[in-house]
Amino acid sequence: FFFFTYPFLFIMARRYDSRTTIFSPEGRLYQVEYAMEAISKAWAAIGILATDGVVLAAEKRVSSKLLEPGLKSEKMYKIDDHIACGVAGITADANILINYARLCAQRYTYQYQEPQPIEQLVQGVCDLKQGYTQYGGLRPFGVSFLYAGWDKHFGFQLYHSDPSGNYAGWKGTAIGGNNTSAQSILKQEYKDNLDTKQVLALAVKVLRKTMDSTSLTAENLEFATLTLVDGKPSFHSLTADEITNLLQENTEEESNN
Amino acid sequence: FFFLLLCASVVMSLDTLIGFTGKNFTIIAADKARARSIVIMNDNEDKIMNLEKNKLLAASGAAGDCSQFCDFVQKNLNLYRFKTDVPLSTNAAAHFTRNQLAVALRKSPYQCNLLLGGYDEDEGPSLYYLDYLASLQKMNYGAQGHASYFVLSLLDKDYRPDLSEEEAIQLLTRCFEGLKKRFLINSPNFIIKIVDQNGIREIPQIHV
Repeated sequence: FFFFTYPFLFIMARRYDSRTTIFSPEGRLYQVEYAMEAISKAWAAIGILATDGVVLAAEKRVSSKLLEPGLKSEKMYKIDDHIACGVAGITADANILINYARLCAQRYTYQYQEPQPIEQLVQGVCDLKQGYTQYGGLRPFGVSFLYAGWDKHFGFQLYHSDPSGNYAGWKGTAIGGNNTSAQSILKQEYKDNLDTKQVLALAVKVLRKTMDSTSLTAENLEFATLTLVDGKPSFHSLTADEITNLLQENTEEESNN
Repeated sequence: FFFLLLCASVVMSLDTLIGFTGKNFTIIAADKARARSIVIMNDNEDKIMNLEKNKLLAASGAAGDCSQFCDFVQKNLNLYRFKTDVPLSTNAAAHFTRNQLAVALRKSPYQCNLLLGGYDEDEGPSLYYLDYLASLQKMNYGAQGHASYFVLSLLDKDYRPDLSEEEAIQLLTRCFEGLKKRFLINSPNFIIKIVDQNGIREIPQIHV
């Protein structure tokens, strides 16, 4: 049924997609869906929960040798001492939201003198994103986030939010390119009792199977962990050497299997 | 500057609040009189508001500001509970309260001095002293009102950090006796509330 009406829907869609504030007759918000389409063409990011931390991994593509890499990552950001974020989508949009998330976290700490619970931060950012699907006639943000963090209420947590302003908590999830295949691999391979080291290995496995590039190197991958060090949350972005070691360890395992 | 100086005498009130932390509880006592000039309007006033299940907020000062501000804090904490499903620690609640006082200070200050006491599973008992100029101090024992001049020196001498409930009540009784003997404008009756791991409880009237 969908097949036959597909070309028809396409034509119909044109009338309803110029402004976010309009529903289509089928009850869809096309601009929001188009934003999610934009993200599914972006570079991948994966988040997986471990017993003693959260792991974020991302594909990074260096488009030109002339690009000066600089110190800042394009995919992973620290929101507060206890929350970090992986990004997939339009980088410029991501910057705005990361700024906003950082403000939210500090405003909370200013008022309550303690770190903001992760879910509340996620809700704050999502409420902003939702506003862009309902008022103002502005387009939605073309970014999906993976929030990784630790708080005293629920320990280590992983959340995913999308342009519609929806969010959910996950044990393992993927955003960006090839996310559906990454998600299905995670579904098969994820176990509740893996520690950070094992989860890093799992992330490598998933990326190896889903990434478009033929080879995985420290040049086109980023990894970060959020763990407790001396009882305090600590965000660690793996260095190039650590990534190379990680990839080597996991190639050997693959050949053993 | 003069305005604030003037306020100092206005806000140091006839209400008495005494609070301290015990071994695994926090106790706060407040006098029960609400007076206007020489007339006692109400001799059964409860000046200690229950916040959530594990905190007490006692206020002294201008009657309207006290009840308005305490109510405001209580309702905001309720809203937090409904929005987030996680409880707010006593420390966070104290800082939130202080923040509200600080914001109002440069527009229309709340003329109330507060004692906020609570019991958290992880932190144990705690007591916070807040005044109308939005200062905040975590303390083992504290008092508000003119009575503090009498009570604090007594507590300096006799307070111990690991009091049991009976010892705490005895200490409070000594405070009330001291006030009865030496404080000119003293109320004979006090409402006493204690908060521990089981929640908030009122302690029967101590007669001095």
